[in-house]
Amino acid sequence: MAVLQLEKQRGRYAALAIAAVVIVVGIPLWWKTTETYRAWLPFSEISELDSLQLQLSVDIEVVFSRGTLTPEQQTKVPLSNVREQEHVVDAKTGLRYTYETKYRTATIMEEDALNQHTAAEADLSLHMLTESSCGSVVVYVIPDSSTLLPEDVKVYVGQRRTALLRSAPIKSSWSLKEVLSNLDPHVEKVVNTMSFSHQDIIAALSDRVRMAKVTKESMADNMRAIKSSPGYEITFSLLNPDPKSHNLHWEIEGALHDYIQPLLNKLSPIANFSVDSQILYYAVLGVNPRFDNSVSAYTLSADSLSHVINPVEARLGSNAASSNPVLNFLLYVPDALHSPLFIRDHSKREVPSNAFHSPRWGGIMVYNVNEMYGSEAELPVDININMAKVMGVFLAQLRLLLGLQHTHPPPGFVLQSPGSAGLADWELDRLLWSRSVENIATASTTITSLAQLLDQIGNIVINDNIAQQVSSAVTSLQSAVAELEAGNLAFALQYSREAILASERAFFDPSLLHLLYFPDDQKFAIYIPLFLPMCVPIVLSLLKIVSETRQRQADKQAKKD
Amino acid sequence: MAAHRCGLCFVFTLILSCFLARPCSCDTFEKISDNTEAEESVAGALREVNADDQNERQWQSTDVEMDRGDASKHSQSFTPAPAKDQFQEEMVIRPLHSGDIYASFQFRTLWDTDFLREGKKVSHYRLFPKSLGQVLSKFSVQELHISFTQGFWRTMQWGQPFIPSPPGAELWVWFHHTVTDVDGNWKELSNVLSGIFCASLNFIDSTNTGQPSASFKPLGLRNATDHRFLRYATLPREIVCTENLTPWKKLLPCGSKAGLAVLMKSEKLFHSSFHSQAVHIRPVCQDALCTNTAWELRQTLNVVFDLYTSGQGKKEWSLFKMFSRTLTEACPLASSSKVYVDITDNPEGELFELSPATPLLSQAVVLGDRRTYSVYDLTKAETFGQLRSLNLLLRWKGNSGDMLRPLLHAERYVAGFGLQTGEIHTVIYNNHPYRAFPVLLLDSVPWYLRLYIHTLEVTSKLRDNKPSYIHYQPSKDRQRPHLLEMLIQLPPHSMTEVTVQFERALLKWTEYTPDPNHGFYVGSSVVSALVPSVVAMDTNFTQQQPLFSSFFPVKEESSYFMRVYTEPLLVNLPTPDFSMPYNVICLTCTVVAVGYGSFYNLLTRTFQVDEPSPPLAKRLANFIRRIRGVPLLT
Repeated sequence: MAVLQLEKQRGRYAALAIAAVVIVVGIPLWWKTTETYRAWLPFSEISELDSLQLQLSVDIEVVFSRGTLTPEQQTKVPLSNVREQEHVVDAKTGLRYTYETKYRTATIMEEDALNQHTAAEADLSLHMLTESSCGSVVVYVIPDSSTLLPEDVKVYVGQRRTALLRSAPIKSSWSLKEVLSNLDPHVEKVVNTMSFSHQDIIAALSDRVRMAKVTKESMADNMRAIKSSPGYEITFSLLNPDPKSHNLHWEIEGALHDYIQPLLNKLSPIANFSVDSQILYYAVLGVNPRFDNSVSAYTLSADSLSHVINPVEARLGSNAASSNPVLNFLLYVPDALHSPLFIRDHSKREVPSNAFHSPRWGGIMVYNVNEMYGSEAELPVDININMAKVMGVFLAQLRLLLGLQHTHPPPGFVLQSPGSAGLADWELDRLLWSRSVENIATASTTITSLAQLLDQIGNIVINDNIAQQVSSAVTSLQSAVAELEAGNLAFALQYSREAILASERAFFDPSLLHLLYFPDDQKFAIYIPLFLPMCVPIVLSLLKIVSETRQRQADKQAKKD
Repeated sequence: MAAHRCGLCFVFTLILSCFLARPCSCDTFEKISDNTEAEESVAGALREVNADDQNERQWQSTDVEMDRGDASKHSQSFTPAPAKDQFQEEMVIRPLHSGDIYASFQFRTLWDTDFLREGKKVSHYRLFPKSLGQVLSKFSVQELHISFTQGFWRTMQWGQPFIPSPPGAELWVWFHHTVTDVDGNWKELSNVLSGIFCASLNFIDSTNTGQPSASFKPLGLRNATDHRFLRYATLPREIVCTENLTPWKKLLPCGSKAGLAVLMKSEKLFHSSFHSQAVHIRPVCQDALCTNTAWELRQTLNVVFDLYTSGQGKKEWSLFKMFSRTLTEACPLASSSKVYVDITDNPEGELFELSPATPLLSQAVVLGDRRTYSVYDLTKAETFGQLRSLNLLLRWKGNSGDMLRPLLHAERYVAGFGLQTGEIHTVIYNNHPYRAFPVLLLDSVPWYLRLYIHTLEVTSKLRDNKPSYIHYQPSKDRQRPHLLEMLIQLPPHSMTEVTVQFERALLKWTEYTPDPNHGFYVGSSVVSALVPSVVAMDTNFTQQQPLFSSFFPVKEESSYFMRVYTEPLLVNLPTPDFSMPYNVICLTCTVVAVGYGSFYNLLTRTFQVDEPSPPLAKRLANFIRRIRGVPLLT
């Protein structure tokens, strides 16, 4: 009997030992060999980015020219003050604008510059004197009596980063403080026009923030502008549906050089642009224009414009050599039988430019040539296209699509036209502000959603290169936010571009998809034939051991009693 | 599980939202300007941007200046600059002796520009398709040849095609010598072309890419010898259909709206015995002096209609019967637009009758033979006659004579039995009665057929024929194919047989195609040769040559270049049962579990001596006895 007891004890130990080996060696081994590789990600920093506190700093210089301050007021200048504005956009996003205003009196050279005949000349010579940094604003306060500006104009915004502000009549009894507080609302208006307005920034944040408070107009502006991207392809296409009657020539190379390239050169800090052109024959619009007897012309109504593009788009072709977004500009010359062709707006009036654009896609202009030849002309007629007219329209469309919003200047403001450059410095600054904010918003959303995704799906393999992209995106984002805070607009944009690139590269890396779908039922199908027969005896014998021990203890208890 | 599903949904929504980032352009149109003043000018367009009176006036004034400038331009008699690009189209119809009709379209765009010039990007396109131009300059392509073919060209029945192509897809590219990462460029280029032509060219990778040393010389200007810049790949399995034809037609300046391309209706083109479409891009000379280069894009489409069987046994054809369209106009952009009908065999009209008749005849030396063609010039109005449409009609009168056997011909097959080894036979025929000539044979065999190169035998007329040049690149498993290139002298009027044995490799189970029992394709062998010509070839460079006779450059009068593709091979590989992995898992697990179970029992169970139970017979007997109430056995 004792032998039997001993034998039973040995069996029990054996079962325990096997269970111990399975638990100590087997399970860790299985765990280790079936693990997916997941590199370390800076989750804590990413969750910090999730709640974004952006601080935008603008340097403002207010320069008083001679005659705007009384001598005693002048003695107290220079001084500076900092004005802060805080906005809470939503629970996770906050904005703070810091306006650092410096007041000083004009130097002699600046006074000379301001003594020019016209505002444009003054603007130019002021620009020669100082090189203002990207994102800053200089406001020159000129006396009420100055002849630089026409009577009813209060503010003149130049081609660079300067504005001329006509001061209100100042009572000499006022202290400087009163003068400044009188001036400040005007300066604020100027700054809102020249650098950024709250509306723009909110619109730029649309990737992060559910839009509620945004006005319909800035929403439309924002929707129209193409998304921020490291590069754009701009394609000009001449559509000639009727090569039998029209032999069209366009001097596209020269026109691009004269009209489009200056603007793109100016915009080069924002993105790389590549421009090309093509001529498409037998490309027809998707809508048959209706003949209108009253004007004896064919008309396209605004409602049907949405159907125009689709058949053309199939022929446009995408750029095979890059994956940047494409902006298409089409010049459509109607065929001889369907011309002239005019576009009518919703109120049935003819659109003077005969052009329309589609948000984030491009623009189409209809160019009628039927007046350039008589009915007896020999076909095909050689026609030279007036590129100045065409490029004017395309340039305007390009500005809209790039997000150079048309600003509504407050009454009494004059905005100097950008001239040959196509873009004033302060317009570029506006774009830089909203693009930086937009990039930061987009990149932070991408990174946080990627982190969330990786956190949720344990099957995804995270390779080292992805981890590296994520960390570089995070560091670039942090530097971009810091640069915005310091007011270095150019650097902020550059870092935000890097952040967006790195984050998108990480997000769209194909290696993330390899093991994305590895369902649990397949795992079980593979594990069960092995694990079930192995685990059942172990579990059963463990249960048996437990119940035996309990029985024995109960027996002992009974004996004691 | 729920968390997983959420995560997946999240991924999909993210991906979707990325696709939808460009809003569908349906109802979000806006007009550029709402101004009522009828001012079609820069000012009018820019007004929205600069909505200020003063500035507007400024814009206006500049605009007036511009307008004046333009007016003066218009008033001058306008003479268009000489177009630097030109477009030609032509179609050749050759009645074949078998009763089939061979129709070959060629479209050529010539552009006096250089895609590879340093520093100057070509970005303004007129006739040349932009998508291809961008590819050329991005990947620094020196020469590009791509063909998609459905069906096999039967040389013995049909003679030689103008431009040969192997079944499936073929792509060969010479890169410019400044390219450093040729393999990277090649990979990306094939992916881009795959997108342009809607084909599976993305399956081209290092396992089916070769670098032939002699067979594929550049056809254009450059005389390159360094085959490091050449890549050659075929996909014999590629199925060619409408989705490849549509992008090909889109490359034509007139699309399929005018000119010869109106005949290309896919339901007719693909209802044929043979269909091949190709794109060839190469630099050529601008003029006879060859001081400047021009880039030539040749788009060819060859189709063989089997009208004999489908036409109730009548050997009659017309354009309308073949294409269900007739010709009404030339492409207005084409500088020449011609239809050629081969009437060499019918000098006096005794064999067939061609209507409408044309006075224009043209002679051309094609593939070593002088042929006569009736020419229909579509740029001339009289071609179309009263009906304003051209419907060529050919009526056979008598039986056509026998066709001359083509001088060079090749075929190939797999011999052997079983799934372990086999033998590839390539047979090349030289039908020239008295001339011997050398041919280059190129064989690119995938790595999973392991060639035993020591068994390579070349025999002609039962005698060993030692190749004078052999270039062999052995395969590497899963990395590169075998590449075998040989220069073989073909004796006159002979049959040369090249055999090589191979072993079939066992693939990993993920490497099998979805239908592994169909077999694996091995691309065609390529036989390239300079064949002695019967008549003197035309070595002069003239623009006036018909396109079909000017594709392969002719260097000497006595011979012409020819390429012959053999049949692709279909080889069966040992194919496993694909539920095998799971069966193996289950079986091993069961074995392990059974072993483990008995081992476990041995270790944990206690054993004790038990009273032996009575044998079965005794128990049965006792059972019966109990029922009967008889005393039990002990």
